[in-house]
Amino acid sequence: MKTKAGRIVNYILLSLWGLIVLFPFYWMILTSVKGYGAYNSEYVPKFFTLSPTMENYITAFTAVPLAKYFLNTFIFTVITTLLMMVVVILSAFAFARLSFKGKDLVFSLFLSLMMIPNELVIITNFVTITDLNLRNTFMGLVLPSVTSVFYIYLLKENFEQIPENLYKAAKVDGTSDFGYLIKVMLPISKPTIVTITILKVIECWNSYVWPRLITDDQNYFLVSNGIQEIRENGFGRENVPAMMAAVVVISVPLVVIFLIFRHKIMDGVARGGTKG
Amino acid sequence: MKKSITPWLCLLPAIAFLGVFMVYPLVDVVVYSFEEGYNFASGSFWGTGFYNFSYVLHDPFFIQALKNTFIIVIITVPLSTGIALLISLGLSNIKALRDLFQTVYFLPYVTNTLAVGLVFMILFKKTAYSDGLVSLLIQLFGGPSVDFIDGPYWAKMFVMCFYTIWVVMPFKILILTSALASVDPVYYKAAQVDATPKWRVFFKITLPMISPMVFYLVITGFIGAFKAYSDEVALFGTNLNAAGMNTIVGYVYDMLYGNSGGYPSYASAAALILFAIVFTITTINLMVSRKTVYYQ
Repeated sequence: MKTKAGRIVNYILLSLWGLIVLFPFYWMILTSVKGYGAYNSEYVPKFFTLSPTMENYITAFTAVPLAKYFLNTFIFTVITTLLMMVVVILSAFAFARLSFKGKDLVFSLFLSLMMIPNELVIITNFVTITDLNLRNTFMGLVLPSVTSVFYIYLLKENFEQIPENLYKAAKVDGTSDFGYLIKVMLPISKPTIVTITILKVIECWNSYVWPRLITDDQNYFLVSNGIQEIRENGFGRENVPAMMAAVVVISVPLVVIFLIFRHKIMDGVARGGTKG
Repeated sequence: MKKSITPWLCLLPAIAFLGVFMVYPLVDVVVYSFEEGYNFASGSFWGTGFYNFSYVLHDPFFIQALKNTFIIVIITVPLSTGIALLISLGLSNIKALRDLFQTVYFLPYVTNTLAVGLVFMILFKKTAYSDGLVSLLIQLFGGPSVDFIDGPYWAKMFVMCFYTIWVVMPFKILILTSALASVDPVYYKAAQVDATPKWRVFFKITLPMISPMVFYLVITGFIGAFKAYSDEVALFGTNLNAAGMNTIVGYVYDMLYGNSGGYPSYASAAALILFAIVFTITTINLMVSRKTVYYQ
C-alpha cells in the first residue's frame, strides 16, 4: 500500500519535471502558429489555437536572412567537423599505434592542455584572427576549433583496444601504416567516430561566443548570432510569433538528429561531454 | 629514416593548431595583463605593472559581474545537483516509461540555448499587450504583477537561475542515472535481508557508492557556472551591463568587443582573475572530497 502510493507520487514528480522541460517547446510551437494580430490581442495567452497559420514561417524566412544564417551554420559545421576529424584521427593514430621518441611526454603535454579554459585563450585568438584579417571569414570562424585534445584522447583509447596482432598481420602483408589506419582501424572504431562527429556537430550548431566576436557582418552570422540579431533588430515591431517561428526552425535540426541518434549521443555525453 | 618522421607528420596539424591557438595565447594573456595602457590599434603600451588588475577590480561593472556570477553559482550548483539526484532516484525506481522520461529530460542538452532562451523571455516578460504567462499565473494566486526581464533585480536573478538550472539539468541527470545503475545490487540485497530502512540504505549505501560521480558533477558544475554567459545573453540581450545582469565572462567579452571598443589588457586581467577564482574553488573542492568521497 505504502509503496503503491509512493510509486504514484514518484510518477507525478517525474511528470512534473517532464512538463517543465517540454513546456517551452510546446509554447514556441504554439506561438509560432498564432497569427500576429491574434497573439497581440490575447492579454491572457491561450493554451491552444483553433486557427493555426504558417504566415510566421514565411515572415521568418523573408523579413530576415534566416536561410542565410542556416546556410552559414551548415557550412561552418561541416568544415569544422571534417577538419577536426582529420586532425584528431591522425593524432590518435600516432599516439595509439606508432612508436616514436618522446611519445609519452608529448601525450602528457596534450592532456595538460585539457585543463585550459577557453576564456583564457580566446582574447589572444581574437587578436590573432583580427591581425590576420580573417574577421568575417569562414577561415576565422573555423580555425581555432579544429583541434580537441579530449577527442584525441577518446579516440586513442579506442584505437588501443584493437588487437596489436591485426597490426602485425597487416605489416606482414605489406600494408602501409596509412592503409592499415583506413582499412582496419577506422571501420572498427566507427561507433566512436560517429559519436565524436555528432557531439562536434551539436557543439558547432550551438556555438555563440566565438562567432559573435569574430563576425559583425550579417552575411557571416551563424544561427545563434542570427537569433540574437532577430531579437534586437528583426521584424520591425515586436513580432513574437515570427520570432518563435525562427526559434522553431533553428531548433528542429538538432532535435531530429537527437531523436535518431539518441543512444549514441547520450552514451557519448556520459563518457565525458560537458556543457558550459 | 622514413619510419621516424611519420608519427610527427601525423601529429603536425594538432601540434600546429594547439600551439597557435592554445599555448601561445596562454603566454600572451599573461603578457597582456601586465601591459599598461595597451593600445589595440598601434600595439603600443606605456608601462608594465598591476594597473590593469587594479582598474578591473575598481570597475563597478566588474564588481556587479562578480556579484552576479557568485549568486548564480551559489544558487544553481547545489539546487541543480540536488534536484538531479532526486529525479535520478525517481527514475531508478521505475520501469515503465523510463526510456521516455530519460529522452525528454535530455532534450535541453541538444537545443540552442540562445534560441530557447527567447521562449523563456517571452514567458516571463511583461509587454504592453500582456503581463506574460508566469506573471499572470502569480496573479491568479493573488500575487503582484512582476516583470521578470526588465523588473527588479531579484526577479531577473530568479529567471536567470531558473533557466540555468533548466539548461544544466540534462547532463547531471544523465550522469547520476548511469551512476545509480552501476551500483552493485548485492549491497541492496544484503540491506534487504537485514530489513534496513530506506533512508538508511540511501545514506549508507547509495550515496557513498555514487559519491565520486556527485563530486564530479559538483566540480564541473562550479566551473560551468562560473563561466555563465550565453544564457544571460539569451534572456537579457547583448547589453548585459545595462540590464545589470553581466557575468565575469560577459565582462571579458565586452572588453574585447561591442561598446567598449577593445581593451585586450583589461580583458586579460579579468580573465586571469576568473581563472584564479575557479582554480581556488576547484582546489578547495578537491580537498573537501578527499575527506568525504568514497572511492572503491
